Amino acid sequence: MNMPAAKIEIEIATPAASAAAVVAMTPKRPPRTQAYARLARETAVRVIPPLVVIALLTLIWELICRRAGSALPPPSKVFKDTKELILDPFFDHGGIDKGLFWHLSASLQRVAFGYSLSAIAGIGLGVLVGQSVWAMRGLDPLFQVLRTIPPLAWLPLSLAAFRDGQPSAIFVIFITSIWPIIINTAVGIRNIPQDYRNVAAVVQLNPLEFFAKIMIPAAAPYIFTGLRIGIGLSWLAIIAAEMLIGGVGIGFFIWDAWNSSHISEIILALFYVGIVGFVLDRLIAGLGKFVTGGTAQN
Amino acid sequence: MTAYLKLDHIDKVFTRGAATTEVLKEINLTIEKGEYVSIIGHSGCGKSTLLNIIAGLTNATTGGVLLENREVNSPGPDRAVVFQNHSLLPWLTVYENVRLGVDKVFAKTKKRAERDAWVMHNLNLVQMAHAKDKRPSEISGGMKQRVGIARALAMEPKVLLLDEPFGALDALTRAHLQDSVMALHQKLGNTILMITHDVDEAVLLSDRIVMMTNGPSARIGEVLEVPLARRRKRLELATNATYLKCRQRVLEFLYERHRFVEAA
Repeated sequence: MNMPAAKIEIEIATPAASAAAVVAMTPKRPPRTQAYARLARETAVRVIPPLVVIALLTLIWELICRRAGSALPPPSKVFKDTKELILDPFFDHGGIDKGLFWHLSASLQRVAFGYSLSAIAGIGLGVLVGQSVWAMRGLDPLFQVLRTIPPLAWLPLSLAAFRDGQPSAIFVIFITSIWPIIINTAVGIRNIPQDYRNVAAVVQLNPLEFFAKIMIPAAAPYIFTGLRIGIGLSWLAIIAAEMLIGGVGIGFFIWDAWNSSHISEIILALFYVGIVGFVLDRLIAGLGKFVTGGTAQN
Repeated sequence: MTAYLKLDHIDKVFTRGAATTEVLKEINLTIEKGEYVSIIGHSGCGKSTLLNIIAGLTNATTGGVLLENREVNSPGPDRAVVFQNHSLLPWLTVYENVRLGVDKVFAKTKKRAERDAWVMHNLNLVQMAHAKDKRPSEISGGMKQRVGIARALAMEPKVLLLDEPFGALDALTRAHLQDSVMALHQKLGNTILMITHDVDEAVLLSDRIVMMTNGPSARIGEVLEVPLARRRKRLELATNATYLKCRQRVLEFLYERHRFVEAA
């Protein structure tokens, strides 16, 4: 029964192939406008809902706060009061009388420094704790206690130790963001499948090659989870720390605005703090996606 | 008979706290160069433990493994393993997975370009060269196992260890891969030791079948020679009297004399 059917297929094969070639020759370009329309629609679906919500919330805020004697300014007043700050973020009148760009950049520099230190130390300690049972038994209880200490509780101690605001702020960032990095890295290392270790053993990778070629890539998704939590915590910590240490920085800018009763400036600063925090989080998430190449454990 | 790989009085005892379990007892086996030997037994009889001991991933409690008259007790590329679940590194491409072993084994003996050619040669052997830039998550289970075989072959092992290599595959893919392995064995003449629980697979592929009794204290119950000429063809063997007799022997051993009690 099968044979005749197969024969028919073979006979048909040749004309079908040439027909396909003919079809391919005719340029049949998909309409460009349609593709653009689809792209626009997809963007709109994502962008419009949050815009509508923001507009609604601003409207409610405006309605509530525009009455005379309200404690907080309405959005229209915030904009009017802070117009100069928004339009010129780069002015520098000496001291702490600087544009918002300089405040944010000072805060970001502290975060960059403290966070880099904690990423390096955190991954190192995490690998140690994940790899060695004795290191885990010795260090893990200590970590579990230390990580519950709130960031600002470290500040007086670090001020006493460093006798200067700048290193103290950096230390607070370091000590705040290191715990999730250590803990997640350790979990990632401990969860490396035995299969990968077997492969490494058969190929006879030395410890250094094992670290670079198996351990770090295998634990990368976990490490980046820790790094992402860490960057969020450092941004939280720096604002609070700066309020206390003073100087240039977005945290002290907010405190200073409160002392001079510039409520509108506080609101503007909060807006910037939120945006920067969001961008930092996305940055680390994007970096993680780039580094792990989107290859989750399969 | 020249002993190429020799398992010499291997015992394996697992100790957890005060409890000890004897898994393997008095395993003696000699394998010749170029031979294809299968180890078959019910699950839990310790055949994977035995393979791990030969691979050096686990140490025997007493006894030892001799390869070309030299004791081996740590893992190495001379006993490359094809793992049951392929164990490809998901962050490396197919090519890089094979290259990892090649770079290590031939670091001194082959130049960069030669290593590259050798990787491609081995991918070609398993017909996977077309997917060299794909990641393991982008290829099928059968393809992953092909790459696993290429990775092991590329290390030029003295003994190729297959740990239930086709266990996780569907029947059609499995048959296809079995044919590939047979063709490779024919072409390269490797010494192969395979763990399996599939009777047909064992008879089709092997020169000898080692049947293991049930654990604990599993031992070699019987060794069966499969006197079928190479190269074997699946379809012709289906009605071959010798094939059927061998199959019968193994089935009798597994299901009459050493039934898997817990499975009942």
